[in-house]
Amino acid sequence: MKLRLGIDVGGTNTDAVILDEKATLIARFKSPTTSDVSSGIRNALNGLVQNNPDLDLSAIKFAMLGTTHCTNAVLERRNLNKVGLVRVGAPSTLAIKPFVEWPDDLREAIDGRYVIVEGGFEYDGQETRPLDEAAVRAAAESFRGKVESVAVSGAFSPVDPSHEQRAGAILREVLGDEIPITYSYEIGSVGLIERENAAILNAALVNAAKVAAGGFQEALAAHGIDARLFFSQNDGTLMALEYAIRYPILTVASGPTNSIRGAAFLSGLQDAIVVDVGGTSTDVGILVKGFPRESSIAVDVAGVRTNFRTPDLLSIAVGGGTRVTNDNGLQIGPASVGYRLLTEGLIFGGNTLTLSDIAVADKRASFGDPSKVAHLDADFVKQVTEEVRRMCEDAVDRVKTSAAPMPIILVGGGSVVIPQDLAGASQVIRPENYDVANAIGAAIAQCSGEIERVFSLQEMTRDQAIELAKKLAIQEAVQAGADESTVQIIDIQEVPLAYLPTNSATRIRVRAAGDLAI
Amino acid sequence: MAWTLTKDDVERIAIGAGILGTGGGGNPYRGMVRTKLEIEQGRVLQLVTLDELPDDALVVPMGGMGAPTVGLEKLGSGDEGQRGVEAMQEYLGVKIAATIPIEVGGGNSFAPLIAAGRLGIPTIDADGMGRAFPEGSMITFYFDGHASSPIVMTDAVGRKVIIENAKNSKDLERISRAACVQMGGSAMVVDAPFTVAQLKKVAIPKTMTFAHRIGDAVLKAQAEGSDPVKAVCDVSNGQLLFSGKITDVDRRFERGYNFGRLTLLGNDEWSGEQATIDLQNEFLILRIGGEIKAIVPDLITMVDAERGTPITTEVVRYGLRVKIIGIPAPEQLTTETALKFVGPPAFGYDLPYTPLKRA
Repeated sequence: MKLRLGIDVGGTNTDAVILDEKATLIARFKSPTTSDVSSGIRNALNGLVQNNPDLDLSAIKFAMLGTTHCTNAVLERRNLNKVGLVRVGAPSTLAIKPFVEWPDDLREAIDGRYVIVEGGFEYDGQETRPLDEAAVRAAAESFRGKVESVAVSGAFSPVDPSHEQRAGAILREVLGDEIPITYSYEIGSVGLIERENAAILNAALVNAAKVAAGGFQEALAAHGIDARLFFSQNDGTLMALEYAIRYPILTVASGPTNSIRGAAFLSGLQDAIVVDVGGTSTDVGILVKGFPRESSIAVDVAGVRTNFRTPDLLSIAVGGGTRVTNDNGLQIGPASVGYRLLTEGLIFGGNTLTLSDIAVADKRASFGDPSKVAHLDADFVKQVTEEVRRMCEDAVDRVKTSAAPMPIILVGGGSVVIPQDLAGASQVIRPENYDVANAIGAAIAQCSGEIERVFSLQEMTRDQAIELAKKLAIQEAVQAGADESTVQIIDIQEVPLAYLPTNSATRIRVRAAGDLAI
Repeated sequence: MAWTLTKDDVERIAIGAGILGTGGGGNPYRGMVRTKLEIEQGRVLQLVTLDELPDDALVVPMGGMGAPTVGLEKLGSGDEGQRGVEAMQEYLGVKIAATIPIEVGGGNSFAPLIAAGRLGIPTIDADGMGRAFPEGSMITFYFDGHASSPIVMTDAVGRKVIIENAKNSKDLERISRAACVQMGGSAMVVDAPFTVAQLKKVAIPKTMTFAHRIGDAVLKAQAEGSDPVKAVCDVSNGQLLFSGKITDVDRRFERGYNFGRLTLLGNDEWSGEQATIDLQNEFLILRIGGEIKAIVPDLITMVDAERGTPITTEVVRYGLRVKIIGIPAPEQLTTETALKFVGPPAFGYDLPYTPLKRA
């Protein structure tokens, strides 16, 4: 029997779950998230072990972590590396310098410095200028002793990465084998500024990622668990730990993805609307073929523009701890008592009326002390319930892409506050273990590969380009840990380059994912 | 009075130009960032009206050419426009007094400002489209049928191409586009100069200030928490034509252009109704329930339903929640002559131009 451990570090709780080979949940534990993250992981794991004395820890062969560790490091400008950037792109990219529109304090926190050297490519793979190797060497010398991590970017490196690679090799020669190097072509897609920004952030996070990985390893080692370790990434799939240490930026938006994937798994549905209710807010997302639909808008990470895709979510201020007042007419949220629900909510002996109190008074939920809400006026309870229903139905309607009713999956600890009979739903499901959907999402995640490049159609046909892109995406997935026989192409997008003659170039993006090779 | 732009002004013009870009003209983000950097470096970017210059002063129209996706990587060297104007002066042996945008739409609004700022001359608050269009022949300056001669094309690595005596604007388009591809898919184009007196007859005046006013309305509404779409309509004589979400994107690629049709499902007032939008780089025809509600050259612009910020054809995608605003075309685009160049038949539609119904 091989077991999987899934841990999700959320804003309020850190959840741990154990699944068996058939992905049946056999143990679970919720523990408050701590500011240093690592101790929260230790606490969750301790709780899990203490509550399940029969658990055979030696059977845990895979451990998956979804964490906000790196996100918080960027947001709080803590534990960031000093970064030096080499951009290969003079003179054709000089008009916009690196670090453009960065928040000043973030740039200061990483002591961001850069050099732009001659080189780079055209959209069709022609070399714009040869790489100025002497300038790269000089840049490396200027970084010596001043930077802890380097990033390399280059014009059209997704079409031809060779200048980035060569520049990296020179940096390595000068700065030594220990210096971490982030290549922009490995982590981002077309869009030099956004890809370069992601590479710089990634370089800055190398230490933070090592700390998170180390905390995770230590927590497991403390219980004698010897497992392969994975981090969940933004698109809801897994990265092996050694990969995550190199590409920590890919973990910064994994939370919402895990809950949508967990909801898919728990409900058995592939196409549905997922309503994830926490303590303070509700995220409404859409599940398409088992994966979250992605946002079309460039993602901002702590004030820095990147081109990562994250789940397309609509958030509303409805959660288990959302405050309800009726002083000047009914007011639901956005204020929330959050995790203090357990002391401040009426049903827990506190003085604040929350949506959890309303749900208990309405007999849709039973926890806390129901006698503490017996005094609430039945009409008022009904009025609040109807308003919450209206807010949810409106959010659901806005994420739907057709008028046809779709199944709705309710997950998250706060989901008891949502009425079960929502308009626009073919059915509303609150699956068993709905409150640990995130950790389950992390535990059952697949391994994926993604490729996005501009393909020149001078030497190959469009179909050949798509086939090549598929092959590269599958290779990436296998490299990330997928079992090759299960890898499937999950998305193909093509954007032809406008204003260029037909058949000269096209931009293709392919994602592939497969089950973890066990 | 000459108006010296601040970085805040640049941001407003970018949003307004995106809205006037009717889905085309490329993403204004990079142009905006470049322009702000120029101001940060101490360059003075000035807008003047045509009345502020002598009638015989020479003004060059200019703008970028190429695929927006190429611009995502080739950010430019920064001096393409300046080199283009200098080459024009040298080739013709004249002094250029100002630059003027060929279009106020998307990213092309900024190239003339950057070039002029580096040369120490102003930019004219006017343009040749009042919006964005896909072809060089669709500029009001050339509605008399003449092709600009010479034109100067410059690229990010210092190359320069001068094209002279093209037969007509289609001919010029064909040759310049071929050169553009060989220059790596993006180039700056400086057209032959016009006198201020000539431009007074053919340019669409005060379009940069119009873009600024629209951008300002959006930002103010966002800050106040009021409806940005209504704010746009109020300052642009525009009207909300449809509200809904995109349910289908059918995009194909022919002759170097993005063609396609979007399908939208209505909400609010349009709940249950279906709309379609035909596009050719820009949005051309809006139909609701099969009936034409707006048609080129009137402006059909798509904005984010909540924020009021413009959405370009490159990022339209299944599931986006949008509002469609109709803005009447400037009168220079709706004359009998103008409609030959920018009316529905110019885009291959056997349909008449029916002006937007006044709200």
